[in-house]
Amino acid sequence: MTQETHHDGERWQRRAQQVARGIRQRVLAHTVNNNGGYLSQACSAAEILAALYTKIMNLAPVDKPLVPPPFAGVPGPDNPNSFTGAIFHGPKASQRDRFILSPAQYALVVYAALIEVGRMDEQGLDHFNQDGSTVEMIGAEHSPGMEVMTGSLGQGLSQAAGIAMARKLRGETGRVWVFVSDGELQSGQNWEALQAMAHHRLDNMGIYVDVNKQQCDGPVCSVMNMEPLHERLASFGARVFVVDGHDLDALAAPAELEPDGRPLVVLADTDPCRGLPILQTRIPKLHYVRFVSGEERERYRQVLADFSAEA
Amino acid sequence: MEILTRVHAKNLVQWAKDKPEVLVLSADLTSSTEIDLFRDTYPERFLSMGIAEQNMLSFAGGLAREDFFPFIHTFAVFIYRRAYDQIAMSVAYPNLPVRMFGFLPGIMTPGGATHQAIEDIAVMRALPNMTILECGDATDVESVLDVAHAVNGPVYVRILRGEIPRLFHPSEKMVLGQARKVSTGRDLTLLTSGICTEEAMRAVQVLQGRGLAIEHLHITTLKPFDDPAVMESIAQSRYGVITMENHSIIGGLGTIIAEKMAEQGLGKKLVRIGLRDTFVHGASKAYLMKEYGLDAMALIAEVERLTGETLGIAESELAEAHLTAVHSLAKAEAL
Repeated sequence: MTQETHHDGERWQRRAQQVARGIRQRVLAHTVNNNGGYLSQACSAAEILAALYTKIMNLAPVDKPLVPPPFAGVPGPDNPNSFTGAIFHGPKASQRDRFILSPAQYALVVYAALIEVGRMDEQGLDHFNQDGSTVEMIGAEHSPGMEVMTGSLGQGLSQAAGIAMARKLRGETGRVWVFVSDGELQSGQNWEALQAMAHHRLDNMGIYVDVNKQQCDGPVCSVMNMEPLHERLASFGARVFVVDGHDLDALAAPAELEPDGRPLVVLADTDPCRGLPILQTRIPKLHYVRFVSGEERERYRQVLADFSAEA
Repeated sequence: MEILTRVHAKNLVQWAKDKPEVLVLSADLTSSTEIDLFRDTYPERFLSMGIAEQNMLSFAGGLAREDFFPFIHTFAVFIYRRAYDQIAMSVAYPNLPVRMFGFLPGIMTPGGATHQAIEDIAVMRALPNMTILECGDATDVESVLDVAHAVNGPVYVRILRGEIPRLFHPSEKMVLGQARKVSTGRDLTLLTSGICTEEAMRAVQVLQGRGLAIEHLHITTLKPFDDPAVMESIAQSRYGVITMENHSIIGGLGTIIAEKMAEQGLGKKLVRIGLRDTFVHGASKAYLMKEYGLDAMALIAEVERLTGETLGIAESELAEAHLTAVHSLAKAEAL
């Protein structure tokens, strides 16, 4: 059993810190080695995913870190072999939680998290974006840690709400956790999902929003402003908390509260350069890091070497 | 073969210079759809719409009713799948001149099923008033703006970005409703569109060398489809016709030809090369073309089947395919 259980008094935070650090290091290494990657997303989301995987989510353990299976074809009546990446979260059970990744471009960060918590084999990241692999650049439902199609932004929350509704109807006690990025909330479907979640009192689901204030074209406020986000969400009937997205205790606290009928939304205020200050020189273009020169790549390689030496 | 980079980025800026009524709308993929140069050159004519395509398409309808020409830019899949009803009622019904530029059609993106427009032609073709164009090379990308802009109504364009080959001389521009002849011959007619034209040319060179006379036509107008030269070529073909498209065989070029042949009573064999009613997954373009039978070798196999001749062509005989590196500097990310 590789998934640690949470004994009272155990410093889960120390473990989560290691996981967050490992996420940054693995995504940095990947970006340096592949001359490209979703690096700022690792910096902003590391603590959120670390808290989810080590503390907040109640997932079944896996026997050993899984090697990502190759792509087995798209689902269909003639393909009994298709599968989803939920196998990395252990067997489904009534009391166990579920995880939905809404912004599928964060897949690389989730893959790194799965390795750090012992759910995916360390070599799994070598399959990233390789032909015939399930470790896709934009994660799909067969990709490690994913179980629905979310690469067309805005559909993750609705699908998660449907799963939460089904679990509520069946009387299951497990919850549904959704990781969302702030930019994708521009898509109207998210707001349709929120109104349905509030209407059907889906307090068995919780949403963690990585409020890194960045999207593909640049700062969210310059592309399409959504502030005041907190007030907008609250007015849709959500139970909203704004926390420091790099503070593990603050991230975990809202999940401990007794459900009150409202869907839980945690706005995790994050820094897309957190832990890698070298990224600050790329502001405001942080969405996808590709080095402009060999010299720049070397500077990141040096940061990676320092990172590894500190460990 | 000449390879050009960022053709649309530069061409759009030049073309729109004296057209203040042309507005460019972006859905958070500005660099990825090569409109960053337009944004920087004409910031007052660039509208950032966020990740909200449904609103963007109806918003464009409003602009077009006020005599502006909205040029929508995003990945092809996000235009028609995310905003279909909005296109139908806010744009197509009132026959408004909204120009929709869909990037990375078909298997051109490793972004997987969520990013791959595999049935866009089928869906958009079913909309009344819609015109559909597809680019296959740099000359197409350079000339498609004039073609689209001359249309009285909405236009959906499958367009190319990044590194693009030039297959046709710059003087051989795209013309609405006119196929361009790549090679001539009476044994069989080969109709290709988009990136399949370049791929087919690799095979045709070798097939011609084996003595097969192939009439290869490059199709850029998918709707309306009324080029008499295409149907005449099919009628005169000895073995029949092969269509090859970066799209499902349902509803695209292959279906269009089947409909036309049936209506005209053309009793020839038709072979449709394309995605065989399947979703696709994320992988490289070259890998997917081979896996799903969209490459030159797949075409050769179909020619052998149609003609009943075994040609024994090895892949090594084909001219080197043009491949773009995953991290080509001509594109904004790895998609």
